Amino acid sequence: MSGHDHGDDGVNRRKVLECMTWAGTGVLWTITGGVPRSLGIIDSAKAATAATPGMTFLQISDSHVGFDKPANPNALGTLEEAVNKINAMPVKPSFMIHTGDITHLSKASEFDNADRIISQSKLDVHYVPGEHDFLDEEVKFYRERYGRGTKGAGWYSFDAGGVHFVGLVNVVDLKGGGLGNLGAEQLAWLEDDLRGKSKSTPVVLFAHIPLWTVYPQWGWGTEDGGRALEYVKGFGSVTVLNGHIHQVMQKVEGNVTFHTARSTAFPQPAPGAAASPGPMKVEDAKLRSMLGVASINFKQNEQRLAIIDTPLQG
Amino acid sequence: MKRLNRRDFGVAVAAAILLPVTTARADDTNLEIHIDNFTFQPAELSIKVGTTVTWTNRDDIPHTVVSAGKFRSKTLDTDDKFTFTFTNAGDYKYFCSLHPHMTGMIKVE
Repeated sequence: MSGHDHGDDGVNRRKVLECMTWAGTGVLWTITGGVPRSLGIIDSAKAATAATPGMTFLQISDSHVGFDKPANPNALGTLEEAVNKINAMPVKPSFMIHTGDITHLSKASEFDNADRIISQSKLDVHYVPGEHDFLDEEVKFYRERYGRGTKGAGWYSFDAGGVHFVGLVNVVDLKGGGLGNLGAEQLAWLEDDLRGKSKSTPVVLFAHIPLWTVYPQWGWGTEDGGRALEYVKGFGSVTVLNGHIHQVMQKVEGNVTFHTARSTAFPQPAPGAAASPGPMKVEDAKLRSMLGVASINFKQNEQRLAIIDTPLQG
Repeated sequence: MKRLNRRDFGVAVAAAILLPVTTARADDTNLEIHIDNFTFQPAELSIKVGTTVTWTNRDDIPHTVVSAGKFRSKTLDTDDKFTFTFTNAGDYKYFCSLHPHMTGMIKVE
């Protein structure tokens, strides 16, 4: 028994929003012995956080503030629910990263609303843009808010907890028929940024579109992502985080682990499971069986990730 | 009176341009492409010079219609339209600049 009442009249709106929140909270990360390790999404991570010393950081993604279609008529509301969960955490993370699509249509009001809600977490937030954040004619709203001190279209790096973090932009200069794109200038900068770093320094790369090829038929990959991965090959621990596909996926390749994050706004189908990657509309009563919790446990030198998927309703 | 004259003149000019190519069906001068499920439908279209094509985004996700150096729509939200009249012959490859795997082609002769 789930303890929830699921009568024939279906799940009410409040419960649907509850589900959306479950789907869209954040992923909590901790640095253990210099290596980032996922503690799973916030709720499942709470107990672990209390017992785990050291730096933790949080990832949220794909807020799509302004989205109001049936898949989730209140994307701002579910973002707020996610932030409320962040605020309820017993141990405050050191900072947060947001892996893009903060807004749905890059409107000033959408950026304002997103900022008003996310700032309630009182955490430093390191952003990278999604393609939905670059839709204004002059592409200035994102840059004016979040681009200070960044290079090119908004890439940058910083160090925290002994880890080197690199925020990359792969949503500009996209070519017809192609995938996400980093471009020669950014790749040259990345190579330079990593030069001279000790190979024992853990590296976290984060970008909006997956840097690895998840499903090219839907554009889920980055044309020149392989070049970026070449530059980090020699490092002992590399973690690649992204959003864009609104679902959890992991892959391990040598010393590199890839993780995608859920959206705080709406789910998207598994690769090839629908006619398009568009927002997944499901009946309210069905939603609980289609959304769930995935906790990821990653330790260096282990080839396999322990992934526990827990649907909200079996 | 001046406004009316100008409009009449415009209609006359448009008719003069369109008449030579309107030997086929009348609706061939106005064609529609729908964006559904992240695809342009039809993905390929053969038209005559002077044809106006209108793209309509029927997805819940915004898209664009871009042909490098030829035309570029604004971001089309759900149900937004973009219209372009093809006055020169040639092959016009185009794509969505947000989802570049979405491609289409207009052949104008």
